[in-house]
Amino acid sequence: MNLNYIILIPIIPLAVFLLLGIFNQKIKPGVSGYVGVLGLTVSAILSFYTAYQYFFAHGKVDGVYQTLVSKTTWMNFTDTLSIDMGVLIDPISVMMLIVVSVVSLMVHIYSRGYMKGDAGYTKFFAFLGLFTFSMFGLVLATNLFQIYIFWELVGVSSYLLIGYYYTKPSAVAAAKKAFIVTRFADLGFLIGILTVGYYTGTFDFETLNNPEGSAILNWASTSFMGLSALTWALILIFIGGAGKSAMFPLHIWLPDAMEGPTPVSALIHAATMVVAGVYLVARLFPMYYFVEHGFALNIVAVVGAFSSLFAAIIAITQTDIKRVLAFSTMSQLGYMMLGLGVSGYEGHDGVGYMASMFHLFTHAMFKALLFLGAGSVIHAVHSNYLKDMGSLRKHMPITNITFLIAALAIAGVPPLAGFWSKDEILVAAFEHNKLIYFVGLFVAGLTAFYMFRLYFGIFWGKDTKYKHAPHESPLSMTFPLIVLAVLSVVGGFVPFSEFVTPDKVGFEAHLNYPLAGVAVLVGVIGIALAWVFYKKENNLSDRLVKVFGMFYKWTYNKFYFDEIYLFVTKKILFKRVSAPAAWFDRHVVDGTMNVIGNSTVSASKKIKGMQSGKIQDYAFAFIGGVVVIALVFIYLWTV
Amino acid sequence: MIFGVSIYELLTVTSIIFFIGVYGFITRKNLISILISIELVLNASVVNFVVINKYLYPDMLQGVVFSIFIIAVAAAETALAVSIIINLYRQISSVEVKDIEVMKH
Repeated sequence: MNLNYIILIPIIPLAVFLLLGIFNQKIKPGVSGYVGVLGLTVSAILSFYTAYQYFFAHGKVDGVYQTLVSKTTWMNFTDTLSIDMGVLIDPISVMMLIVVSVVSLMVHIYSRGYMKGDAGYTKFFAFLGLFTFSMFGLVLATNLFQIYIFWELVGVSSYLLIGYYYTKPSAVAAAKKAFIVTRFADLGFLIGILTVGYYTGTFDFETLNNPEGSAILNWASTSFMGLSALTWALILIFIGGAGKSAMFPLHIWLPDAMEGPTPVSALIHAATMVVAGVYLVARLFPMYYFVEHGFALNIVAVVGAFSSLFAAIIAITQTDIKRVLAFSTMSQLGYMMLGLGVSGYEGHDGVGYMASMFHLFTHAMFKALLFLGAGSVIHAVHSNYLKDMGSLRKHMPITNITFLIAALAIAGVPPLAGFWSKDEILVAAFEHNKLIYFVGLFVAGLTAFYMFRLYFGIFWGKDTKYKHAPHESPLSMTFPLIVLAVLSVVGGFVPFSEFVTPDKVGFEAHLNYPLAGVAVLVGVIGIALAWVFYKKENNLSDRLVKVFGMFYKWTYNKFYFDEIYLFVTKKILFKRVSAPAAWFDRHVVDGTMNVIGNSTVSASKKIKGMQSGKIQDYAFAFIGGVVVIALVFIYLWTV
Repeated sequence: MIFGVSIYELLTVTSIIFFIGVYGFITRKNLISILISIELVLNASVVNFVVINKYLYPDMLQGVVFSIFIIAVAAAETALAVSIIINLYRQISSVEVKDIEVMKH
């Protein structure tokens, strides 16, 4: 299989970024939109071609999907440890190419309508290009260090995009928050990478993930505080992934990231930044599974399950529609982590891994659709808040139907995409750990409930009197909605288990009817409850709020996690640690340096005074010296 | 060979001239006088060349030729030094050594 053209897939968005970035002022807004869309179209076509080549033509040898690598050595550290740059093609990276290119293309098309008239139109498309480039690079990385480079690039581009409305203080704060929190997590990632490099002597995924390779066979060689060093490394790497994927307790940046323009939220949440953490764990899955009998993997499962539950509970009470979706994303990402965490390795045991990737795939479609639909609504009513919306179904038929499809898909109603992937995750959890299964099931019900709370709240509910009658969005915005809606319907019929498995051998997945039935039932109960509470305007929900009282308030304020973090950083870190450190720096460290500098200056002044600048003084010294040396040689050195 | 005059006497004379030149170089205040002192030093060495040549290798001419070289170089050097002094005078209206301190900055 020829891998040379694959490098074009990330290069084209980079070229778009450079083109639009450098000629920012010269390009007309209309043109820049087309440039972005055109570039992404080419990337998407190449991605589909790659997928076709890999899955149907050349990827399989003896029933096993090959890992194809094309790379060049970039930096040599020792004889064995070097950093390479290149592209790695295996089932999950090909799948991610499809996901990223499709969602990014849709977001590009959508942005042409959504951002119309915005002053920074060209800049916006440039940033989108950079973001897409970084994500492609991350997906195609051949080793831990390369993935880390693009990991940081993704962080930078998300910073730029979240803070796109840079005149708005809240947007700036949100961008900083997202950057700092994920950066903080990346510290763990970096230490993890260095630990892996130190103990295994390589960064390469091929070597690390080889079940017969030295990295996996020799995991017990060194231990630290009761766990093997590699387990620690994997936990640290997972911290990096948890930061990007907004897992508890590093989730606080995600809801604030809604300050960015809505297409950006769709891109960040559906296809790029937040799934990077899931992708990272999946990328290193054999290590997670084999090192210390999956100790680190259990942590992944528990954190995923807890985040999923935690976020779903918060999502129920939020009133900003984008924030509901943000917490929904966090919850679904927890689902994916949970799926990875309960997965086995060989054959049908790998169903959790498969399901997790499947859910990533389907979730990208319907979550992008939900965000773009929300953007369409916000575009029409100029507000993010549920209280300003209601009965929009009459005004916005296309948005209404597509949003409904997405909501049904995420609620797990068959035969839409979300049902298949969610069901597989629950099957895997059921086989592995009953507690996690029940958490997952409960979250499925919560998801259905809050999604339809949102749906009924926006499109049904009270008959809001609008000052300006809202109208359906232009074609550039509804077209991506329709495409994504179609994908959300048919996405579940992709026979994923044939393509994406941890041991890269396809297997046949069957529906587990009892479990699927239970999951659907729970979903339908959630929808029915939402129907009762929010279909018509009533005060049931207010009464429920009164019943829960304190708990509602906690949930509404996201369990005060932001406040806790602020308290810890401001009151404890800044005051108790940073302030004394700053004093020490300013007075002791700077003081020492100042003393050295000042004494040098005064010494040089003294020396300068000894030089008169008169030739004769110098000549005198010279001749005097010659005479002295002559005397020494004549009278003393005569031996 | 000069009858009645030994090489010691001649070398004593040139040494005296040489040290007068050194003394003048160190003590004079005026740049022109310093230049003349340098000439004295050079003249002493030129005479030395001729004398030593005459007394040690009377058949050869190297010492004499070298003395002509030195005179040529000394003339060029003097011309250069004088031109520097003239330029200096235009700048600070003085050829006193103590006023030339400004050049160190």
